[in-house]
Amino acid sequence: MLKIEGLTAEIEGKQILKGIDLEVPTGEIHAIMGPNGSGKSTLSYVLSGREGYEITGGSATFNGVDLLSMEPEERAASGLFLAFQYPVELPGVGNANFLRTALNAIRKSKGEPEIDAMQFLKLARTKLKTLQMADDMLKRNVNVGFSGGEKKRNEVLQMALLEPSLAILDETDSGLDIDALKIVADGVNAMRGPGFSALVITHYQRLLDYIVPDRVHVLIGGRIVKSGGKELALELEAEGYAKVAA
Amino acid sequence: MSAQPSGATAFLARFDGLRDHLPGGRLPWVAKLRADAAEAFRAAGLPGRRVEAWRYTDLAPIAQAGFTEALTFVDEAPALPPMRAPYRAVFVDGRFAESLSVMPAGYRCGSLAAGLDGAEFLLGTLAQPLPLVALNTMLFEDGLLLDLPAGQDGGVLELLSIASHTGRPIAFHPRHLIRLGAGASLTLIETSLGPAEAAYLHNPVYEIGIGADAKLSHVRIQREGRSGFQLATVLAAVQAGGVYDNFTLNAGARLVRNEIHTALLGPKAACHMNGAQLAGDGQHADTTTFLDHAAPDCASRQTYKTVLAGKSRGVFQGKILVRQAAQRTDGYQMNQALLLSDDAEIDAKPQLEIYADDVKCSHGATVGALDEAQLFYLRARGIPAEQARAMLVQAFLVEAIEGVTDPIAQAALAEATDGWWEREAA
Ligand SMILES: Nc1ncnc2c1ncn2[C@@H]1O[C@H](COP(=O)(O)OP(=O)(O)OP(=O)(O)O)[C@@H](O)[C@H]1O
Ligand SMILES: [Mg+2]
Repeated sequence: MLKIEGLTAEIEGKQILKGIDLEVPTGEIHAIMGPNGSGKSTLSYVLSGREGYEITGGSATFNGVDLLSMEPEERAASGLFLAFQYPVELPGVGNANFLRTALNAIRKSKGEPEIDAMQFLKLARTKLKTLQMADDMLKRNVNVGFSGGEKKRNEVLQMALLEPSLAILDETDSGLDIDALKIVADGVNAMRGPGFSALVITHYQRLLDYIVPDRVHVLIGGRIVKSGGKELALELEAEGYAKVAA
Repeated sequence: MSAQPSGATAFLARFDGLRDHLPGGRLPWVAKLRADAAEAFRAAGLPGRRVEAWRYTDLAPIAQAGFTEALTFVDEAPALPPMRAPYRAVFVDGRFAESLSVMPAGYRCGSLAAGLDGAEFLLGTLAQPLPLVALNTMLFEDGLLLDLPAGQDGGVLELLSIASHTGRPIAFHPRHLIRLGAGASLTLIETSLGPAEAAYLHNPVYEIGIGADAKLSHVRIQREGRSGFQLATVLAAVQAGGVYDNFTLNAGARLVRNEIHTALLGPKAACHMNGAQLAGDGQHADTTTFLDHAAPDCASRQTYKTVLAGKSRGVFQGKILVRQAAQRTDGYQMNQALLLSDDAEIDAKPQLEIYADDVKCSHGATVGALDEAQLFYLRARGIPAEQARAMLVQAFLVEAIEGVTDPIAQAALAEATDGWWEREAA
């Protein structure tokens, strides 16, 4: 279970997170919605360990372990995965090499044997197929020249390969066409189960038709101002943040 | 105060003492070349930093080291790395080691000292008035003499230079002469090695003549010991339709200067000069190129990447000269540096001098640190920080290295670059 209590954080002296309280029990999928600039991505970066954020108070634990004191790679090894709102381009790094290196790094930290290039290709091809991605995505440099939608699918491919126990999906639906949205949602739903939790950040209730959340939270001005069931998303869509949060 | 230019004394004294015993001492034309070179070196000395071309690289440590000659052959054969290609010419302290070498048959390829009588076709013909070339001409004891006849494919040849550990600071100045006849082709993969703790000077000069439509692929992998010095000067002349490809990796030595002068002398000659420099704490890596476009319709491409860690210094100087006759020249030069520490320093000086009017010439330079967003992306996927940095260093080098297509050369390069960052970070 992910447990966040009174989490406050600032960047360059500017306070962004102003006391976040949030619990995602194991096996559940929660959605976070909120206006632009409210701190959703900041929360996802702070949880995954990006540098540059000053944590000024509160705590975040994952299965009882303090997340905030770990290096980013240790958090990933312990099962945390962030699907980036803006996936990063890595010119000169082949996608297959990147994916296999990441997979082996995580396997190694779990004491599992590394998998070789042949085994990896086989595994990657089956995942590509379920995500309806072309095989040549593996040959290209990571995210370089990928369309917006291809980048998002590449994030989901990484999630499918690394099999995290907690996934934070930061606007993974933005930029996806209708078919891709379903494919990506299927990818997330396929992982659903007692050992998997997710925090799905989105602006659109439509995604939540496909990935049905157990809870919906509204984040405004660095705080969770309201939480509810999946119907809260519909309410937000109909009435806007101002009214719902009031 | 002595009138002698700095650092020259010991080298000149050596020449004065040895002149009759050096190879070719009885050949009047060689003796004259050496005497003229000694005159030039006596006048110039080791280049100082007041000389424009040496502004960023200080040879004072070499002047102060008081290098001596490698007088005697080492009896014990040094440990050699495994052969990669079918043929390998091995030089120990600048001298050809026949018993350690496997030489190709079918064309002239062997020791310069043994073949000096008949090396007039190349020796000294491409030399330029450069102090280090003069030093080499004055004192060379051996080198590779390779003459590939027209139309012949010379295959892949390795050139291995090893510095033995004599316990004294030795200097050696091999002279390598390479000629490719019209339409000939050759891949030459050179590795230079030395013990980590020995101070020595390796001062090789290459005179390379590439005939019409001939192609030389020249890969130099510099892995000298961390206390060693390498001052290399490559002098290449390419005839019409010929191609000279040079890739140089600077990964070793306390101080290295990789100086390349390529002249494109006939129409449609081409040249690719690429390189990578990896310098860690206490190292100084300098690549200086001169490209002389002297004929029309020639193309040149240069991509150099420098990665600096710890307290290190990198230098790139690249001059492209386009003479009036060199219409429709297509020239490109890029140099990029990646600084992995705050104590690292890079000096870059690109220079274009163009006298023809119909010319396409561009150059660019970038300097930067590792991208934090890229680093975080890798780490967020579980890849440990140092491994992630190593991946980004490799990625930075790709553009320069991808031009090397020979699989043997690729393997040698991979061996020299893999794990570099992990070792520097440790
Ligand atoms: N490096 C920075 N320096 C200053 N302010 C920053 C920095 N990074 C983020 N911010 C600010 O923090 C606030 C929260 O940004 P964040 O990216 O978390 O918003 P978000 O909720 O994800 O928005 P969106 O829905 O547009 O993705 C914004 O006002 C943003 O401008
Ligand atoms: Mg955001």
